[in-house]
Amino acid sequence: MALVEAIGVRKSFGHTEVLKGIDLEVERGEVVCLLGPSGAGKSTFLRCVNHLETIDAGRIWVDGVPVGFRASGGKLYELRERDAAHQRRDVGMVFQRFNLFPHRTALENIMEGPVQVLGRSRAEVRAEALALLERVGLAEKASAYPGQLSGGQQQRVAIARALAMKPKLMLFDEPTSALDPELVGEVLDVMTSLARDGMTMIVVTHEIGFARSVADRVVFLVDGAVVESGTPADVLDNPQQPRTQQFLAKVL
Amino acid sequence: MASDLQTSELQQRELTVVPLRHPWRWFSGAVILLVIAGLGWAMAEAQIQWEDVPGFFTHPVMLEGLLNTIVLALAAQGGAIVLGVIVALMRLSANPVARWFAVGYIWLFRGLPVLLQILIWFNLALVFQNISIPMVFSVPTNVVMTAFVAALLGLGLNESAYMAEIVRAGLSSVDEGQTEAAKSIGMTPLTTLRRVVLPQAMRVIIPPTGNNFINMIKGTSMASVIAFLELIHAANNISSRNLEIMETLFAAAAWYLVMVSVASIGQHYLERAYGPR
Repeated sequence: MALVEAIGVRKSFGHTEVLKGIDLEVERGEVVCLLGPSGAGKSTFLRCVNHLETIDAGRIWVDGVPVGFRASGGKLYELRERDAAHQRRDVGMVFQRFNLFPHRTALENIMEGPVQVLGRSRAEVRAEALALLERVGLAEKASAYPGQLSGGQQQRVAIARALAMKPKLMLFDEPTSALDPELVGEVLDVMTSLARDGMTMIVVTHEIGFARSVADRVVFLVDGAVVESGTPADVLDNPQQPRTQQFLAKVL
Repeated sequence: MASDLQTSELQQRELTVVPLRHPWRWFSGAVILLVIAGLGWAMAEAQIQWEDVPGFFTHPVMLEGLLNTIVLALAAQGGAIVLGVIVALMRLSANPVARWFAVGYIWLFRGLPVLLQILIWFNLALVFQNISIPMVFSVPTNVVMTAFVAALLGLGLNESAYMAEIVRAGLSSVDEGQTEAAKSIGMTPLTTLRRVVLPQAMRVIIPPTGNNFINMIKGTSMASVIAFLELIHAANNISSRNLEIMETLFAAAAWYLVMVSVASIGQHYLERAYGPR
């Protein structure tokens, strides 16, 4: 069974339907990039996978568990927020605007989840958190507050914070869109190494170069529907759909 | 051009710089000092037994009033903070009944003068002889509703309405992304509030709360109308015996300034503790 299975996902905000029946499967260890023009529903779909948004129709399964529901006796029971929180432990998320906790240091940001959510011992978690900082190249910034870090550094700490929960799946919501151009590379490097290590990733991005070199599969969304999907070589270099061709002509 | 000529000419010479003079600063400064000196002289000339004031300052009745004032202010403010957080959460709740209750609560308790609220609580026994929950308990109202309790309710409930608005503003000031980030690492709503949202909201909550607490300290004086022995009532008690009205009021005034100064210092340190990094 695929790690992520989305079937017929629909979502409306008011009268605007932003997701019009999305089907998507992501295998374990697979890196999938969601591309498409703004307003296509890429970020919304990603947020649905983490139950930050509820869906109106369809179903999303992560590792065999229906997102936002508890399956029992042939019925799906909608989860209370407290139980939904439990499901999110296994799914890491990285946001466009980092969303680090500004009142805690880089190290404390990373330790927060394992200590407060999983209830693990501080000493043990601290060692892991320092190792994660090392991994994202910020060992010397452990005691820096987010306000003292550059955007690229903040985003790398945010990735480390998500990894500290040892997630099965990582969601990236335009992780480099809020960064100065010269800082994009350092974040993409961390993501690339993460992909090499076999992490399952869904990445909403406008970085075509990253999609080409790292993604196993590229999914192109327009107006809340999947228009085209396949290997980067197929979709990026030989797009079949006119909408994909138009988009790529603009961004490449 | 002429100005260019002038500029180059000026650049070649060694020039003395004449700083801008501020004669009006000297004048207005002198006027202010004069006014202060005049007031000081008037005070010295006034028919006040200054030498009696320290004695009233440390008079046992005054100290009892001071203690009662501090206890009342702390209890009312403490209760108001707890109630304020609850009402603020109701105000932000997804439950429309809770939301409307919070709006009505704030409307009522913020809308009535504190003095009126204190008087209503104190006189509650006139309309309800017993306070009871049927089958659970029942007590005579005039036993429960002491001057302290009436003052506590009047001051505390009014303040809680203000606290609810302050806390709501504080909670709303925290970026939605913070809640989402907390959710994304699996935090429950309660942990998110405690670890992520409230610590950041404190920066917005503390300054107005400090102001309100200073108002609360002074507001306790309204309890004097129901004969609660706070500072002003204590001052009146003392002066009713010796008729040194101004002397005892000045002693009470000094205690208010001491309490407010201590509160201001406390606020300063709290703000620093929760300040921006």
